[in-house]
Amino acid sequence: MGSSPPYRLEHVRKLFGRHQVALDGVSLTIEKGQRVALIGPSGAGKTTLFRLLNCTLRQSSGKIWINGEDAETLHGKRLRRARSLIGTVYQQHNLVQRLKVIHNVLSGQLARWSTLGSLLSLLRPSDVALAHAALQKVGIAEKLFERTDELSGGQQQRVAIARVLVQDPEIILGDEPVSSVDPTLANTIVKLLIDISQETRKTLIVSLHSVDLALAYFPRVIGINNGRTSFDLPPDRISEGMLDELYAGSRESRSVSEAVSESTVPLIYPTAS
Amino acid sequence: MDSWRRTGIDPSVFVEAKGRAALWKFFAGMFPPDFSWSFLSLMWQPTLETIQISLFGTLIAVMVGFPLGLLGTHSLVVRGVLNDAELQGAPLRRTLRYAIYCTARGLLSLFRSIPEFVWAFMFVRAVGLGPFPGVLAIGVAYGGMLGKVYSEIFEAVNHRPLEALQSAGANKLQIFFYGWFPQAMPNFISYTLYRWECAVRASAILGLVGAGGLGQQIEISMRMFDFSQVLTILFILFTMVAAVDWISAKVRGML
Repeated sequence: MGSSPPYRLEHVRKLFGRHQVALDGVSLTIEKGQRVALIGPSGAGKTTLFRLLNCTLRQSSGKIWINGEDAETLHGKRLRRARSLIGTVYQQHNLVQRLKVIHNVLSGQLARWSTLGSLLSLLRPSDVALAHAALQKVGIAEKLFERTDELSGGQQQRVAIARVLVQDPEIILGDEPVSSVDPTLANTIVKLLIDISQETRKTLIVSLHSVDLALAYFPRVIGINNGRTSFDLPPDRISEGMLDELYAGSRESRSVSEAVSESTVPLIYPTAS
Repeated sequence: MDSWRRTGIDPSVFVEAKGRAALWKFFAGMFPPDFSWSFLSLMWQPTLETIQISLFGTLIAVMVGFPLGLLGTHSLVVRGVLNDAELQGAPLRRTLRYAIYCTARGLLSLFRSIPEFVWAFMFVRAVGLGPFPGVLAIGVAYGGMLGKVYSEIFEAVNHRPLEALQSAGANKLQIFFYGWFPQAMPNFISYTLYRWECAVRASAILGLVGAGGLGQQIEISMRMFDFSQVLTILFILFTMVAAVDWISAKVRGML
């Protein structure tokens, strides 16, 4: 790996069904240890881009290299190995509500565990110390044995971050990680993600509803609209005009950007038929 | 009007002297029910057998329905975020997955479209009289029903946590145990218990075609025109179903 960048994308397109174009020719390179924010109206294709970046989806055309490996060649074990090097924090936390916090945190380890071992851990958690340390880092160590659905939204997002800590990936992705929490907490959580990534020089890519947060904390900001990148610049070179253009034609205004928004990309999308 | 006549509905049976006599003989013959020790002690074995048939039948049904239900779950096998990376641009693999999915669905339909009574009839011919054909009949017919409902339960869980597990590098089985099953478990268990209740009732009927249990005793008593024994067996059946009902309600309450 060494010199190859974590991500290199060339003319990446993603279609759902035959006609719905989610991404329409995205090209970008992200260097190791970089801190990147993605902004843009909802429905712009940010979630689809993240799903391509963490190997959940595969592009319809174009090329993606992850740490120098052609993503299209990844299958089975190698695909899971590649996924395990990328940790993702989601807008809706994506935790299993009926499991205890400790199991959700330890599920970051699954790629390293055998199937049987991970099954046994559900009966008797196999690495309590590790889960405890991760939760301590995000400030809710006392919740270790509580059921996840008893936690508040902000606490659940911390659990999701603890899961990524346990996973210990090279790249951290955040798909609208703070859109469902209040502005103060949003600030704290973004800072937490930055701290974690800087500690071990991990690459961090986060999509944000709040333009202010993006401009304040990220040295590189990429604007995405209609499945394309509209700019890719350091924050001091982004003008009001560019932002207005980015959000032009979208129903929401930038100022009410903290509202929870559901991704417009369907989870289970219709196949071409 | 035609279908009325075809189904042989004939109210005159209740009015005419001959019909009334037959009805009277049947109902009066039921009382008093035969609660003599000699008869009850004879019933112990078939009662136990009925419960055994329902238990093992349901167990086999779970073993049949669970894997087929999994393979017949659309979002687990062929579509959506759990399959895209593996199947996008791999038409051969996609076709294979579809074939597996359709086979599982087809088998489930076949199993449940034939009533357990008919399955029992066939298994009696195939493996002989006794409780075993009853167990097989319930296993196959209920396996089909369970599998269908399991796949619907699996389809209805929240897929976002599953996506998160997958993106951390978990394999399909791990995703199943950590994400799918914890979410689906309450419905899974309560529907399986409900099917067990149905199996107790069914295993009583299956005896009529020679598949053991209480049904066989009903048939024997009927044939001997000993209706007081029939009523006793109906009592036993009622008690048994009520008990199973109570047990499964308790278990569901614990979930």
